[in-house]
Amino acid sequence: MDCKKVFLMRAKRKLMQKSMAIRDIISRLALPLLVTASLVGCATPTLRGTGDLGVVIERATGSVQILDTTHRSSLGKVNGLGDLSHASVSYSRDGRYAFVFGRDGGLSKVDLLTQSITHRVIQAGNSIGGAISQDGKLIAVANYEPGGVRIFSVDDLTPIADIPAVGANGKRSKVVGLVDAPGRRFVFSLYDAGEIWVADMHKPQQPILHKFTDVGKEPYDGMITSDGHFYAAGLFGEDGVALLDLWNLQAGVKRTLVQVGRHGEKLPVYKMPHLEGWATTGDLIVLPGVGQHEIILADQNTWQEVARIPVAGQPVFAIARPDNRQVWINFAFPDNETVQVLDLPSRSIVKTLKPGKAVLHLEFTPRGDQVWVSARDDNRIDIYDPETFEHIGRLPADKPSGIFFTSRANRTGL
Amino acid sequence: MADSPHLSLERQRELVSFVRQDCGSCHGMRLTGGLGPALTPDALKDKPIAALISTILQGRAGTPMPPWNKFLSESEATWIVDGLQKGFPDAR
Ligand code: HEC
Repeated sequence: MDCKKVFLMRAKRKLMQKSMAIRDIISRLALPLLVTASLVGCATPTLRGTGDLGVVIERATGSVQILDTTHRSSLGKVNGLGDLSHASVSYSRDGRYAFVFGRDGGLSKVDLLTQSITHRVIQAGNSIGGAISQDGKLIAVANYEPGGVRIFSVDDLTPIADIPAVGANGKRSKVVGLVDAPGRRFVFSLYDAGEIWVADMHKPQQPILHKFTDVGKEPYDGMITSDGHFYAAGLFGEDGVALLDLWNLQAGVKRTLVQVGRHGEKLPVYKMPHLEGWATTGDLIVLPGVGQHEIILADQNTWQEVARIPVAGQPVFAIARPDNRQVWINFAFPDNETVQVLDLPSRSIVKTLKPGKAVLHLEFTPRGDQVWVSARDDNRIDIYDPETFEHIGRLPADKPSGIFFTSRANRTGL
Repeated sequence: MADSPHLSLERQRELVSFVRQDCGSCHGMRLTGGLGPALTPDALKDKPIAALISTILQGRAGTPMPPWNKFLSESEATWIVDGLQKGFPDAR
């Protein structure tokens, strides 16, 4: 550690040992010095929690910034995370460490408090995302190349298990839509093979695999309902959603919501929608009409469509405000300067915002008092009040994409 | 190999960023592959230029590769293929 903080703390400790009497003066003296130290890139030395922190991915520079939602500020930058052109983040269950999954197969463990990488491995050639296990001990990564899932210890990222995704067709498949599920399980989809696998991790070194074949053509992403009951994979090559009841695996994968597809019209899709952030609001589930300028609302119990809402473009993310009353939506190129807000009770778009060029992601603070929006081509994050839509803050960031707050640490699926 | 078509420097800069960012969402920002295959010189050097241009403009039916002809002209697609085969410029 080359941090000034350590030096100062040591100096402080030594002095304290010498004289109890001057302790008061020292701490008063030390404080401004420590603040200075934090300004030159050292971690904040005062004890603090991480519940109001998060990270934003900076795609072009392979870095993350550590964000503070209380002060709407950036605490610092951590470099050296590799190719983050498609990156996502899971959190340790104590909300202190961010596990960053990079496009280049890099898996990095970042300490939000010391603002440093504690461990990093290149675990595959090309990866898409991951999840942390229910017990917080395992981190699983979904890989495109070589297709499969690799599982690591959260402590030091030592390899625990390797699950090659060889489908019933005998070929290795890209893995998408990896989530964690109750009952110490991971669930994921095989894009090329059209399968959904459930990995039981009770014995971490020997996962027990439950494979569902022929679930549909090209599952492109998956999601789990917030209660962990259902896993749904969106299909690209066919219409509908492949649905698995995780309370009843014997029932198998069912095809539902066939309205969700492209109806053979083969509408071009300029960016694959993400299902991970797709809103499940308790009674309604909110889904993208793939290739359409539409949002589909379905009943979460019956999985039947209840409404279809026209929107400004091809939806990419639809994120529910934490009170589930409204859903914020961003769009694929060429409509990616727009964000729309869908009000669920009235089933209407109540606001259209133009936050900036190439809006890639949005994230709410856990209780919904703020929403942070990344505008990649404007190199900034914009912060809004979700209740009034007032613009309440702005931070510079280098080609920002995903924003991930530590509240994710306690959410099933992530 | 076809001569690179003449595009304004500004348009070239836009295209570099467009390819790395928006094509990059499927092909990777470093174009080393993602849901779509790698678009590196190694991967593309032996593929016919005309076919690659047509893939970009018309897309490939039955796969997620969409047509881009609404947003790219033929000479722009040619410029992109030329760049991809030689090693695509960096965004910065
Ligand atoms: C929504 C995802 C997606 C986007 C966005 C996308 N591609 Fe593709 N692309 C693919 C897929 C998938 C394939 C492979 C198709 C196949 O299986 O034949 C492909 C294939 C290609 C190929 C043919 C490669 C080969 O080896 O034959 C080229 C060239 C290409 N894309 C260029 C581009 C360019 C340039 C852009 C941006 C203007 C772009 N792509 C955007 C998904 C995408």
